[in-house]
Amino acid sequence: MSSIAQKKGFGAAMWDYLTTVDHKKIAHLYLASGGIFFLIGGIEAMLIRIQLMKAGNDFLSAGTYNEVLTMHGTTMIFLAAMPILLAFMNAIMPLQIGARDVAFPFLNSLGFWLFFFGGVFLNLSWFLGGAPDAGWTNYASLAIASEGHGIDFYALGLTISGFGTLISGINFLVTIINMRAPGMTYMRMPLFTWTTFVASALILLAFPPLTVGVFFMVFDRMFGANFFDVTMGGNTIIWEHLFWIFGHPEVYILILPAFGIFSEIFAIFSRKRLFGYTALVFATILIGFYGFMVWAHHMFTVGLGPTANAVFALATMIIAVPTGVKIFNWLLTIWGGSISFTTPMMYAIGFIPSFVAGGVTGVMQAIAPLDYQLHDSYFIVAHFHYVIVGGVVLAILAATHLYWPKMFGTMLSEKLGKVTFWLFFIGFHLTFFIQHFLGLMGMPRRVYTFGADQGWDLFNAISSVGALFMALGVIILLVNIVMTSIKNERVSNDPWGDGRTLEWAIASPPPFYNFAQTPLVRGLDTFWIEKMEGNKEGMVYAEPLEEIHMPNGSFVPVVMSFGLFVASFGALYNMDGDKGWTIPVIIIGLVITFGSMLFRSLKDDLGFHISKEELLRDVKGGKSDGLK
Amino acid sequence: MAHETHTHVRSQTEYEYIRRQRSKEMRGQLTSFAIMIFLTLIAFTAVAADFSPYLITPIILLLAAVQVVLQLYGFMHMSNKGHGMVAFFMFSGMFVAFITILALVTIVWW
Repeated sequence: MSSIAQKKGFGAAMWDYLTTVDHKKIAHLYLASGGIFFLIGGIEAMLIRIQLMKAGNDFLSAGTYNEVLTMHGTTMIFLAAMPILLAFMNAIMPLQIGARDVAFPFLNSLGFWLFFFGGVFLNLSWFLGGAPDAGWTNYASLAIASEGHGIDFYALGLTISGFGTLISGINFLVTIINMRAPGMTYMRMPLFTWTTFVASALILLAFPPLTVGVFFMVFDRMFGANFFDVTMGGNTIIWEHLFWIFGHPEVYILILPAFGIFSEIFAIFSRKRLFGYTALVFATILIGFYGFMVWAHHMFTVGLGPTANAVFALATMIIAVPTGVKIFNWLLTIWGGSISFTTPMMYAIGFIPSFVAGGVTGVMQAIAPLDYQLHDSYFIVAHFHYVIVGGVVLAILAATHLYWPKMFGTMLSEKLGKVTFWLFFIGFHLTFFIQHFLGLMGMPRRVYTFGADQGWDLFNAISSVGALFMALGVIILLVNIVMTSIKNERVSNDPWGDGRTLEWAIASPPPFYNFAQTPLVRGLDTFWIEKMEGNKEGMVYAEPLEEIHMPNGSFVPVVMSFGLFVASFGALYNMDGDKGWTIPVIIIGLVITFGSMLFRSLKDDLGFHISKEELLRDVKGGKSDGLK
Repeated sequence: MAHETHTHVRSQTEYEYIRRQRSKEMRGQLTSFAIMIFLTLIAFTAVAADFSPYLITPIILLLAAVQVVLQLYGFMHMSNKGHGMVAFFMFSGMFVAFITILALVTIVWW
């Protein structure tokens, strides 16, 4: 294991990424594949807006439109937003707590490859007889009746990628509980680590209901079970419950890390300690708890009865309290700060009014009687895009600019970054603000077209123009990334100049073993404290320089996940009942998966050691990139 | 690593302390075992004595809850040091599951 950086061929780099168990490289993988799925989901969004551009358009047929809108939602939530957030969690969280890596590096890699193969499986449905078409919520009455294999792709794909997410969640929990550097108490953890922690706990508790629901769905379709078939004594509402018991915590799994990212940005670029740190932490935990007690507000019109509706309406409104606490704390962090309007800060400032607008419409929908009017209208579409795009996507774009130097060692262009921000921000409000009014005018969601006599033409045209702005913004971001990568101007450990937490104390990108010596944490905003006390190195150490034990890379996670991918094809086509090859394919796939698990269990892999001499050489040489 | 392994020789005081701790733990385990047998007896007696189901059901559920707590703390060492986070997550999970089942029972199947 030479620690001298060397140029590698494409094949070697590819093999390196296929076998890596390094949290920073897995972060690259998550960001790249999540980014690609984000582009696919974005193209689907553009198709939707083209179809709805004018009355009576026939750009997409009704059936294709259903597939596109289903895949847009599913891709954006499961394959774009979550993986990209997992990318930042992977890249930054272990650095923020001063850890060597995550607790289980092998599982980290396995989690990624399960997500990846699940996502690929889901998207292959486009080429293999039609995508799922029952909406991302996949309500059972629609899904059971859906012809073709779309729904099966949905159920099996989400099962595989759901395993991956669950594994990552557990991994992060164990990491944060057990691997904090000396002195890093819970109440000294940076907010992004806190939100990662709570979001991981939500993943742990929320994904099992989804798995149960999806299993029921697979059983209904594969084996003729009747969990959701009313005529056979099943109950179609059970799916809605299971889905939303998962689905509501899911939106907090998305928004809490976004809150964490913005909390970091506000503190860094206001050059102030986060106002009300303790309140922000407890608000995060409280939001996590409430997330499990409000799912039925998605189902007010199902007919649960006035008592149930009232209980869930009240519970929902309570969530506005901790969220409000957060908003005010952010405002007070900015207040009196010495603000620098960098690209991430502009996203953060833009986030506050956008997200508050989404929150206010959320409280409106929490009022059950009013929800009867708003349900399934474009008002709902406007609401959830305001919280998801105005919250999560703005956070993802902000974090891309903020953490790009830490992840890749180069700085994205600020000028192009601001162009992206303005195009995206204006486009976002142009697209979705007007949809509130379309909803109030009676336009239902998930319709593939509308009539010229309904008076929705102008507003829909405006909305489509807005989508174009967003697309331009994303294209400029891509140009920015390409240009930055070609220029390849390396930056130092603290490129923003105002970093506060431990990740800014280490080189950009960090060496593959992270901190050569575990840092000692003396308070909140560790790096800031050291900087303010004139410590040139940016950290104090908790241990002498010793040799480091590192895990070996492994190709096994790819093989394990690939086995499930193969088995899913067998399971999917087995439903047809007229294909003889399906059972062997299931067996081959499972043999690959369980065989590689057996291989992993029986073969001792003790990892390797980095000697003290190598570490000393790195420290002296000022080696700053993450290549092995 | 092998060359860093230390062999620790216990002093007499340490030895006695550990011995005392272990016998205390053993006493605790035996006590909770006895209590659990006794609780099971109550449950069986309640059924055998043919009380009304409206009495038996809550009694058995209550006893079951007590048994779970005894099991966790008496036998599965949850009272020992360093189990705070485990306990927090277990009880959060139970709480979430309880809310979910309560809601499903009341609004779907009732």
